[in-house]
Amino acid sequence: MAQTEQDGYEKRLGEFAGREAAPPRPGPDPVNVPMIRHWVEAMGDRNPVYLDEEAARRTGRAGIVAPASMMQAWTMRGYAAATAGQDDGSGLGELIALLAEGGYTSVVATDSEFAFHRELTVGDHVGVREIIESISPEKKTALGAGRFVTTERTYLDQHGETVAVQRWRMLWFRPARTPPGGREPAALRPRPAVNRDNAFWFEAAREHRLVIQRCDACGALRHPPGPCCPRCGSYGWDTAEASGRGRVYSYVVSHHPRHPAFEPPYVVALVELEEGTRLVTNLVGVAPEEVEIDMPVALEWLDPDPELSLPVFRPVTA
Amino acid sequence: MRSRAYDEVTVGETLPELPVPLTRTLIVATAIASRDYQDVHHDPGLAAERGSPDVFMNILTTNGLIDRYVTEWAGPAAEVKAIKIRLGAPNYPGDTMVLTGTVTAKHDEDRRVEIAVRGANRLGAHVTGTVAVRLPGGAES
Repeated sequence: MAQTEQDGYEKRLGEFAGREAAPPRPGPDPVNVPMIRHWVEAMGDRNPVYLDEEAARRTGRAGIVAPASMMQAWTMRGYAAATAGQDDGSGLGELIALLAEGGYTSVVATDSEFAFHRELTVGDHVGVREIIESISPEKKTALGAGRFVTTERTYLDQHGETVAVQRWRMLWFRPARTPPGGREPAALRPRPAVNRDNAFWFEAAREHRLVIQRCDACGALRHPPGPCCPRCGSYGWDTAEASGRGRVYSYVVSHHPRHPAFEPPYVVALVELEEGTRLVTNLVGVAPEEVEIDMPVALEWLDPDPELSLPVFRPVTA
Repeated sequence: MRSRAYDEVTVGETLPELPVPLTRTLIVATAIASRDYQDVHHDPGLAAERGSPDVFMNILTTNGLIDRYVTEWAGPAAEVKAIKIRLGAPNYPGDTMVLTGTVTAKHDEDRRVEIAVRGANRLGAHVTGTVAVRLPGGAES
């Protein structure tokens, strides 16, 4: 998005602060025993004051009360409304459409802060009024980039008296990764163990340059990178750029252990570059059973995710 | 069930741990009991399409389980005055959430006790929050 466009979007989002999320609406049903029973059975809650009149009276109450945490459930719209979609012409419906325009299409609830003014008894009929408080700037979250939408919900009884107030926060986000039809989210390749001695090599790889460490005293090439020349002992070095041509010196086909970022079977090869050093890599564009020792290969770059670039090799005709 | 009296409670005391096995049935049954029909709470295929590895517990149920946890300790005479929670790692089927709690404050003027609550699964903290309950004054059964 261009900056002016971005500013315009922020402004449109900001205009929702203070707006009514939805017209006040009564819950579909008054507080009743069957719904309480369904709730406490599912929750595994054995507190007797929710179902047993006698037990409730022994605690000084007039009769059965509903669990405090059930407050929101009394105002839920239910199956038909939930499956009919969100856009009901309300402020929240409009906000959700605007968030979708920004790519924020997924939602999770993140915070709920309830203050209860009184307990609900059978026959109470609760409704809710919801005001949009704020829409946050975009935040990076574990789920993806998103915006927190905070609302305040006031729960009112049949006499218009407040029975509870709830601050409610939801994260609307762009899903970080959509699994390609599978159940598992795409896993990242393991991160290389980068240290001060080998960082230059991985940094060059990010720029799609395959480099080889070279002793500046005796000129010997070496790989993997290390602090000191194994031939003359010098600590001085620079790098040479590899041509990218080489041969399969050795290889294995990996079936196990499985890692979600790799599709077995795959070829782990030791490729000898024409400059003489060898590196551990993967072969692409060849079935495992077709790989041969001494097969000529050429460099390609693999960018499995935005943080990682790795050299891989593809068989070529000599 | 015994009710705890305000005077019996001391700041710093801990509530007994409560492990909650997160079966698929629990996650779906509680979502429906709270009238929450969002597909991510009952349909694994649609949950995957939305970027989640499986269905996960809805926030109304987290509120319900925290409510149950604290009132099981406080007893039937307790009145819940506040439940404030923040969610972290999702509760997926096959995991177990272990609830723990510590009394963090007492307010004599209205016999209100505050309890810090945490529910952890194998991914980390699913929920952190506080619950306030009003307790009866004298010891009663």
